[in-house]
Amino acid sequence: MTPTLAELTVGQTIGSRSIDVTRSDLVKYAGASGDFNPIHWNEAFATSVGLPGVIAHGMFTMGSAVQLVSDWAGDPAAVVDFQTRFTKPVPVSDTTGTAGAGAVIEVSGAIGALDADAGTARVDLTVTSAGQKVLMKAQAVVRLS
Amino acid sequence: MTINPDLQGRSYPAAEVYDVGREKIREFARAVKATHPAHFDADAAEALGHRDLVAPPTFAIIVAQKADAQLIEDPDSGIDFSRVVHADQRFIHHRPIVAGDRLVAELHVDGVRAMGGGAMITTRSEIFALALGSPSEGAREPVATATSSILVRGEGQ
Repeated sequence: MTPTLAELTVGQTIGSRSIDVTRSDLVKYAGASGDFNPIHWNEAFATSVGLPGVIAHGMFTMGSAVQLVSDWAGDPAAVVDFQTRFTKPVPVSDTTGTAGAGAVIEVSGAIGALDADAGTARVDLTVTSAGQKVLMKAQAVVRLS
Repeated sequence: MTINPDLQGRSYPAAEVYDVGREKIREFARAVKATHPAHFDADAAEALGHRDLVAPPTFAIIVAQKADAQLIEDPDSGIDFSRVVHADQRFIHHRPIVAGDRLVAELHVDGVRAMGGGAMITTRSEIFALALGSPSEGAREPVATATSSILVRGEGQ
């Protein structure tokens, strides 16, 4: 069911999901986005620039986190404004050859504000990995009927 | 090398055209683990009132980062790409990006702020769609505004 503005209240949750991330996912994102910075696929390079190891693209985290909102809204095009700050890197360990994830991103969303005149709801996302907030002020403005 | 303070206020005009293809939308959607049918199935997208497959909400980063590359690769910018950290990002969609769009981006450097030995640089890509069937000089429609801040770490940061 597509949500309507009138039935929403501030603070209401829209759900949550957990996203498994592997090194292979980062290579796939690099190819799809054109962002080939080696910190996202080369361990030696990542540690040489002072990182704990290979880290996820901030844009991978941002782009996968918003899927919760797209699916809830019923139309990805309903997301008219989406912003975040990248506060902590998401290290992705090498689990090549196993079925395990190299990192898990936990996403949950709640209604942060409603604007009846504009016909929009603001969804505030909480995005964590390994118990740390990796995105701050992750806000998606959704146009609803 | 230090960041050139004169970058603030600089603009780079729309350069090459980015043609949005169905397979690129599907590939990008899979890469961000999107499963909504409007990214994959043209009939599902049309049922929601869209002309063709709809791009995921962060798809415009492809076009915005190509525009940013003009600044980062500008020899007089002083930016060392290996020291760049993405600090924040925002997309304002004026209308959805759909397959078949021909996009161009104008890049504006809105802010340069010294931070330690490095700098925080804020850029804004104004993304337009060329009117279908028109030459590149023809009418264009605002599609998205992508704002991003990058932190260029100084030595020892």
